[in-house]
Amino acid sequence: MTAALELHGVAKTYRPPTAVTALSDVDLTVHRGETVAITGASGAGKSTLLSILGTLERPTAGTVRIAGTDTSTMSDPQLSAVRAWHIGFVFQQFFLLDHLTVLDNVATGLMYRGMPAATRREHAARALERVGLADRLRHRPAQLSGGERQRAAIARAVAGRPAVLLADEPTGNLDTANGHQIVRLLATLEDTSLVLVTHNAEVAAAMQRQIQLRDGRIVHDSGAAT
Amino acid sequence: MTLRSRLRPADAMSIGTVGLRARRVRATLSALGIAIAIAALVAVLGVAESSKRQLLDELGRQGNLLTVATGQTFDGRPTPLPTTAQAMIARIPPVLATTAVGNVEDATVRRTDRIPPQNTNGINVLAAQPSLPATLSARVLRGSYLGPPAEQYPETVLGYSAAQSLGIDRLDAQTQVFIAGRYFTVIGVLDRVSVAPEIDTAALVSFGVADRLFGLGGVPTRIYLRVDPDQVAAVAAVLGPTASPGNPRDLMVQRPSDVILARLQAKGAFVGLFLGLGAIALLVAGVGIANIMVISVLERRAEIGLRRALGARRRDVAAQFLLESAALAVIGGAAGIGLGCLATAVAARLAGNPLAIPAEAPLAGLAAALLVGALAGLYPATRAARLPPADALRTL
Repeated sequence: MTAALELHGVAKTYRPPTAVTALSDVDLTVHRGETVAITGASGAGKSTLLSILGTLERPTAGTVRIAGTDTSTMSDPQLSAVRAWHIGFVFQQFFLLDHLTVLDNVATGLMYRGMPAATRREHAARALERVGLADRLRHRPAQLSGGERQRAAIARAVAGRPAVLLADEPTGNLDTANGHQIVRLLATLEDTSLVLVTHNAEVAAAMQRQIQLRDGRIVHDSGAAT
Repeated sequence: MTLRSRLRPADAMSIGTVGLRARRVRATLSALGIAIAIAALVAVLGVAESSKRQLLDELGRQGNLLTVATGQTFDGRPTPLPTTAQAMIARIPPVLATTAVGNVEDATVRRTDRIPPQNTNGINVLAAQPSLPATLSARVLRGSYLGPPAEQYPETVLGYSAAQSLGIDRLDAQTQVFIAGRYFTVIGVLDRVSVAPEIDTAALVSFGVADRLFGLGGVPTRIYLRVDPDQVAAVAAVLGPTASPGNPRDLMVQRPSDVILARLQAKGAFVGLFLGLGAIALLVAGVGIANIMVISVLERRAEIGLRRALGARRRDVAAQFLLESAALAVIGGAAGIGLGCLATAVAARLAGNPLAIPAEAPLAGLAAALLVGALAGLYPATRAARLPPADALRTL
């Protein structure tokens, strides 16, 4: 099984005045197609780990390899390219742009690949079909329910078929029924590794692998899926 | 890694104007500041150009006018022009037309005899010839000019300012003024004569009446002459000796259009002042845009974080806010150019000037707006680009 994400000896200490050590000596390998839940109490370092996996933050120490490539020496444009082509993000707050239609919101996910608008929309329409929103293309985010908004956000993240999908509390703003729907949807995405941060034990259990963080260290790893 | 993050120019333009479309009222108000400043700059240039064009037209028409007037002796008394002066001047070949006026000393002009003699309103009495309107290109605003009957009867034509001072804005058979102890019928009012302001403040009577009633003796005090435009300097050089061969230095030879030149130069100074004020207004508007853009960056931290997560480079984020700032300024600038042209047209129409807007004014206005917009957006754009994406996404 090939590795989609590899972390070796990763540490993150924020600059003063906070000077908080968010992660210490984290080693983690996520294989292609694997679904991983990261759990832990608030302040355990879950979001920081996700940011580092997503190249939104650089680690203070250690190496991060994405799709086999070391990102620690990459420039900002190179890291941006990694995010544009290899990583999809799903956030608790959805982060849909109110002034765009659902279709254009999803198409925005491919904007930074330099893809023409018409091609982007074709991909976006297919992604929306995959998440069951084929009838909502022309709607505005404000016209959708919470669950539908998160599905649109997932469509945006997977429209370009990234190798890795990073989800930060994707069910945090949803009721139980909608939360289950979203988890089922995420679990069925093929060829994409999923790393999901959650407080919810049920959601974590739905993933193939569970990792628990405490004080910036991995204290439990259910082990790589076989 | 060969894959690159790339933003197409059309997409950059689209996301660069999305903030304007999403916040229309704010964008309109911000652009209004630039619009007012640019409108002021264009209007200053346009009004100045229109006014300059009018003065240049006048200079072209009046540039060949010369005057010969009496000088003063050492004790300050005016020296009379020789009675032969006008005839002698008329013989100079390039001279096309001449006319003379004679100053009637100590004659007051009042509306009625009930007005105290001290209230002269600064109006002089001048004896004038029938050739005066043609020679000075003076237009009769109301009534008619002094004709043959005026040589016999007490009739007068008032200069523009004199008529205003006396409160005469319409003429009928009973319109009279009291000149040196006798009522004169006002038969006409002249329009302003820009090259001969002394005519504006005068009550004109015929030489015949001036001789008979005031004892002028036909002596002129000032002669106006039109000359071939190519020979103005040459004629001016010989005017003194020709008009008064015995005492050429006692005469003052002037070119009244020099006054127009002086007015042109004075206008240039004012244009500089107003342009400076317009530039300050533009600077203030630019600070306003910078302020709005900084607020926009703060409000859109989540969007910045999202775009960075989707693969936007720092330069893409910077370009988004720079374009937005520049678009705001250019829209304001374009509106300002329209407003400025409109203001110029209205001002030119009200002043009776020809409409003339220098071609470079709209271009300079647009360039200035673009420059101000780009400068105003520089700091907010840099700030947005430097925002750590993880921090931006933790906004909510």
